[in-house]
Amino acid sequence: MEVGLNHYLALAAILFSLGLFAVVTKKNAVTVLMGVELILNAANINFVAFARFIDTDLDGQIIAVFVIVTAAAAAAVALAIVLNLYERLKSINLDEADSLAG
Amino acid sequence: MDFTNIAFYIFAALTVGSAGVMVFHRNVVYSAVGLLFAFFGVAGIYVLLAADFIAIVQILIYVGGILILLLFGVMLSQKLTKVDVRTESMQLVPAVVVVGGVLAVLLLTISSTPWKLAGSLEYEPTTKAIGRLMMTEYLIPFEIASVLLLAALIGAAYIARKN
Repeated sequence: MEVGLNHYLALAAILFSLGLFAVVTKKNAVTVLMGVELILNAANINFVAFARFIDTDLDGQIIAVFVIVTAAAAAAVALAIVLNLYERLKSINLDEADSLAG
Repeated sequence: MDFTNIAFYIFAALTVGSAGVMVFHRNVVYSAVGLLFAFFGVAGIYVLLAADFIAIVQILIYVGGILILLLFGVMLSQKLTKVDVRTESMQLVPAVVVVGGVLAVLLLTISSTPWKLAGSLEYEPTTKAIGRLMMTEYLIPFEIASVLLLAALIGAAYIARKN
C-alpha cells in the first residue's frame, strides 16, 4: 500500500496517545515532561505532513521550528521547577506536591 | 513496495517502539534512552516528508539539548546510589480507557476525512527557503521566539539556583 497522508497522521496519533498516557499515569515529574515532549513531536509530525501533502509551501515547516523553540524553552523552565521541587520536598513524586491542597 | 514506503515503516516502527519503551519502562534512565531513539525516528520521518532542515533541527535541539536537559533532571533529582530511579504508574485502567478512546476517535477522524491532497510531491532543499521566510514574512515571530528563549533561560537559571 502506498504510504500517504493518512499513514503519517496515524503515526502522529499513536505517538500523541503514548505521550498522553505517560502524562496521566506517571508519578515521576521528569517522565511526565518526557510525555509532553512526545506530544509536541506528534503535533510537529502533523504540521510537517500537512505542509507536504496539502499546502505544499513551507508555512507548516516554519511553525514546526517555532514549536521546537517553544519546547526547548518549556523544557528548561520545567526542569528548573522540578529541581526546585526536589530541593524542597526531597522527592519529585508529583503526588507529594500537594501543599496547595487544603 | 518502493524504498520510501519501506523506510516509512522502519522509521515508524522505530518511533512507536522506542516511545513504547519510554512510556512503559519503569526505570527513568531507560525511558530517556527510549525517548532518544523515538526522536531519531521522528527525524527520519521528517526526512521522508521532505523537511530536511526540520530533521537536522530535531536532532540538534531535541537529542543534543532537551534530552540532555532531561537526563540532567534525572541525575540531579534521583538518589542513584539507592537505586531509586524508578517511576510508579497510577490509575492505569482509567488511563487506558481514556487514551484508547482518544486514539480511536483520532484514527476514525483521520480515516473518514476526505483530504484535499495537492498534486506535486517533489523533493527539494528547504533550508534556503526557510531562512528567507524567517527574515521576511516571519520576522516578528522569529524575534519574539528569540526573546522568549532568552526570558526562559534567565527564568530557569533564577528558579533553579540555590538560595
